[in-house]
Amino acid sequence: MRKITQIAALAGVSALVLSGCAANEAAVEETTSAATETSTAVVLEGTLDGSGASSMASGQEAWVAGFQELNPGVTVNYNPTGSGTGRDQFEEGLTFFTGSDSSFKDEELATPHPNCSPADGDVFEFPIWISPIAVMFNLEGIDTLNMSPDTVAGIFTGKITKWNDAAIAADNAGVALPDLAITAVHRSDESGTTGNFTDWLSKAAPNTWVLNGENAGDLEAWPAEFGGEGGNATSGVIAAIAAGNGTIGYADASRVGDFGTVAIGVGSEFVAYSSEAAAKIVDVSPIKEGRPATTLAYDLDRDTTESGVYPVVLISYLQGCMDYADDAKAELVKAYASYMLSAEGQEWASQNAGNAPISEDLRQKALAIIDQVK
Amino acid sequence: MATTFYGIQATATLPRWFSPLALIGSLALTTAMFVVSGFTDESGNLNLLAIAVLGFALYMIMTYLISRGVEGRRKATDRMVTGWVSAAFALAVVPLVSLAWTVFEKGINRLDAEFFTSSMRNVVGEGGGALHAIIGTVELTTIATLISVPLGIMTAIYLVEYGRGRLAKAVTFFVDVMTGIPSIVAGLFAFSLFLILLGPASAINGMAGAVSLAVLMTPVVVRSAEEMLKIVPNELREASYALGVPKWLTVVKVVLPTALAGIATGVIIAIARVIGETAPLLLAAGFTTSMNYNPLSEKMMTLPVFVYTSYAIQGTDAASYVDRAWAGALTLMLIVMLLNLGARIISKLFSPKG
Amino acid sequence: MTTLGGQVKPKVRLGDLVFSRAASVAGIGILITLAAVAVFLFIQALPALNPEADFSGKAENPISYVTPYVFGTLYGSIIALAIATPLAIGIALYISHYANRRFSQILGYIMDLLAAIPSVVYGLWGIMVLAPFLNPTYLWLNENLGWIPLFAGQVSATGRTMLTVGIVLAIMVLPIMAALIREVFLQTPRLHEEAALALGATRWEMIKMAVLPFGRPGIISSMMLGLGRALGETMAVALVLSPASIINFALLTSQNSNTIAANIALHFPESGGDYRSLLIASGLMLFLITMLINMLARYIISRRAEFSGAN
Repeated sequence: MRKITQIAALAGVSALVLSGCAANEAAVEETTSAATETSTAVVLEGTLDGSGASSMASGQEAWVAGFQELNPGVTVNYNPTGSGTGRDQFEEGLTFFTGSDSSFKDEELATPHPNCSPADGDVFEFPIWISPIAVMFNLEGIDTLNMSPDTVAGIFTGKITKWNDAAIAADNAGVALPDLAITAVHRSDESGTTGNFTDWLSKAAPNTWVLNGENAGDLEAWPAEFGGEGGNATSGVIAAIAAGNGTIGYADASRVGDFGTVAIGVGSEFVAYSSEAAAKIVDVSPIKEGRPATTLAYDLDRDTTESGVYPVVLISYLQGCMDYADDAKAELVKAYASYMLSAEGQEWASQNAGNAPISEDLRQKALAIIDQVK
Repeated sequence: MATTFYGIQATATLPRWFSPLALIGSLALTTAMFVVSGFTDESGNLNLLAIAVLGFALYMIMTYLISRGVEGRRKATDRMVTGWVSAAFALAVVPLVSLAWTVFEKGINRLDAEFFTSSMRNVVGEGGGALHAIIGTVELTTIATLISVPLGIMTAIYLVEYGRGRLAKAVTFFVDVMTGIPSIVAGLFAFSLFLILLGPASAINGMAGAVSLAVLMTPVVVRSAEEMLKIVPNELREASYALGVPKWLTVVKVVLPTALAGIATGVIIAIARVIGETAPLLLAAGFTTSMNYNPLSEKMMTLPVFVYTSYAIQGTDAASYVDRAWAGALTLMLIVMLLNLGARIISKLFSPKG
Repeated sequence: MTTLGGQVKPKVRLGDLVFSRAASVAGIGILITLAAVAVFLFIQALPALNPEADFSGKAENPISYVTPYVFGTLYGSIIALAIATPLAIGIALYISHYANRRFSQILGYIMDLLAAIPSVVYGLWGIMVLAPFLNPTYLWLNENLGWIPLFAGQVSATGRTMLTVGIVLAIMVLPIMAALIREVFLQTPRLHEEAALALGATRWEMIKMAVLPFGRPGIISSMMLGLGRALGETMAVALVLSPASIINFALLTSQNSNTIAANIALHFPESGGDYRSLLIASGLMLFLITMLINMLARYIISRRAEFSGAN
């Protein structure tokens, strides 16, 4: 009988724990008054659904948390479905904003969006997330290496197979390179990181980044012909690099950890990754022409020779309607986008997600666009 | 151990201490050989795997030859097989122990009160918990159980008590087929079903996850319930019929109670099997950071998906995400342990007395 | 109500009728569910089978897309089964006929527990513990046995290879297979065993004569169960394997044929339109493969059952 009583007691305790609300969710209500200082005068309520690039999932996670703390009545769901699916869902009217690793294609701009008013009305887009992609390696005793874009392309296409290859040695005088096989690690799932990395290679190393005799172009999925080792998602790539000796891979720079990193050849110098150097690329790149004024889409100048620019960056756009059919949603999108663009929002994200805050100039331009959303 | 087994004694036997001594001797000899020959890897460590393999091989050869000389060929073969069986066992247990230990060691870091009282809403980096995932797992598994247990037990009753002819054969056959449905296919099915029923906007919800789990669980329940009903002695049924009890009452009042303990155990084992399913829930139930008590709308987090997403979608402070993943894995293992324990207690309490 | 000279009809009770109908409906429900799985997958897969389907450059046509994954799925599972079957029989024998009763009870409990560890945990363990541990051995195999095509090629620096996946899958299916085989071995008629021993058989001879013939259908059905689980295993493969969409027999390289299930898990969340349909079509393919293998296994069991002296 004692056994049964014990079990009953255990069940009771666990039921008590489980039936309660989450401690952190209940606490949100109480902190409301403390947060009113920065929140808007209007009390916002409702749910805002967005989806898109998984590359900025950690940034969105930080922004959602920060925004929900200021506006306890609001729930923002950002579903990292990937950029393409995100734009599709926006087109189907399932979501109200999109995070995307690439800007709207021209035909997408022409397609009606059911949540906008009118449906074929203008949309907005601007870079909200800029993050350097680091080329990182696991090689005992070596912290940094210089590599030209052609060398990186040679490694990732399987043409350069040894660490002491002449192409690597030429840029790294005085570094004792081991006679060790290179294992190049790439993403095995589709990703914007791969898309941006290959976009850079196709522009900066057009003669080496070749598949079947042609420039391989920018690819979201890694082609089997290049070989190398695949890792699932960023964490898979990191795990693969960590597991082997002589591995090299590309991933969001916030995940470099103890790995060695590659300084990329730009013009005549080698630039190490940094948030500032990454943010600079937007300043040297032209805006795509012939599109609505509310779209700030950049033609990234990846083969720039400008000093101090780190060209291997991931840039993600925030996309939505200029005029929403549902005014309540418009309020939410406006408030959320303004929060992301605010100085605190940018600071908060780069603290927690390690991205580069967008430049002040771009921030002001984007804010001016968001102000017109209704 | 060997000599107590059925008390069989051969005329000439090696002493009991022979085997352990021979094993230790062989391993020591191999290690010595490795040390003397300087056969080490780059950092000077001995390759333990190689020593174990070679040492064991040496032991087997030695034992066979000596035993063959002393005890004869048949005994020697028997010793060889004993060696192989024990080795297979050890070989299988080592990774399993390593796995269990890894989960325990890494999971214990974050197995604190906060882990069981918080969700991941508004949590960036450290802290947070899996309450939303635990609730989701409990709800979805409960729904899946409510669907699959009645369906499974009734099917088993049909197969054992009523089923004759081609339909029964087909059902038996397809229950087997269903046992082999890959979990991701069950997830795709639930997703496709709800996509057609509810449209793309709300196709992913807790119910879809529960349906995919039920698809995986039902055949397991059928199988175990069928086994248990089959071992109810026919004498019991006949005695009941002889007393004029109708067949359905016989099944409900005589057969089922007799098999109840076994069926309950089977159900709990089935729950334990599906509670760790990741792939179907990832597709069908999605994932979220907030509490969601309503399985009929919006995405729902579950523990296995929590483990996966914590690992796969890491933030800058990667360590705290990985810690949460391991803590989730440990929680899952503890739940499974409790379920198994529960199954044992039920089978003790309810098994027919006498 | 008196029927003169007629047959005595058993009274049909309402309860009986309702209950037997309910039972039949449940049985038919199983058939319907299974049919629904096939039908709904087929409906969703249909767009991909259209010759004009647009896979946005990710695939040429469904057949060439799915072939490497079918190969990878079968290859990985066969490796897993080749490793797991002898081990599972060994464990089952150890628990049922070698270990003492108390110890074997504890072992049985541990086995049940391990069978329920989620695959994602096996995946985490595989990539963080097992792969680095095995890598030196792979290098050794490649250096010394590289002339065997299986061990040839450039060895992966991380150990995330087909062989590692095979081993992880083997470890995953081991508890289930061993538990099932153990159950069957324990059911060996005591009289057969004792008769064998009474004739002076050694333990191994007793096992060979009494236990194994009796347990053969059990071994085969456990292999079927193990194979089914290995074929459909998703998360562990997705985490551990370094995948590519090629057909490659080499066990130790970075370029491994991915499995259908892992490929779906990797690409499904970021897919849409015809490509999503293509993935669902590959899921349907997996479903058909497992179904075929199940049927084959049942056929083998039913044939063997006639010849085995058991039952």
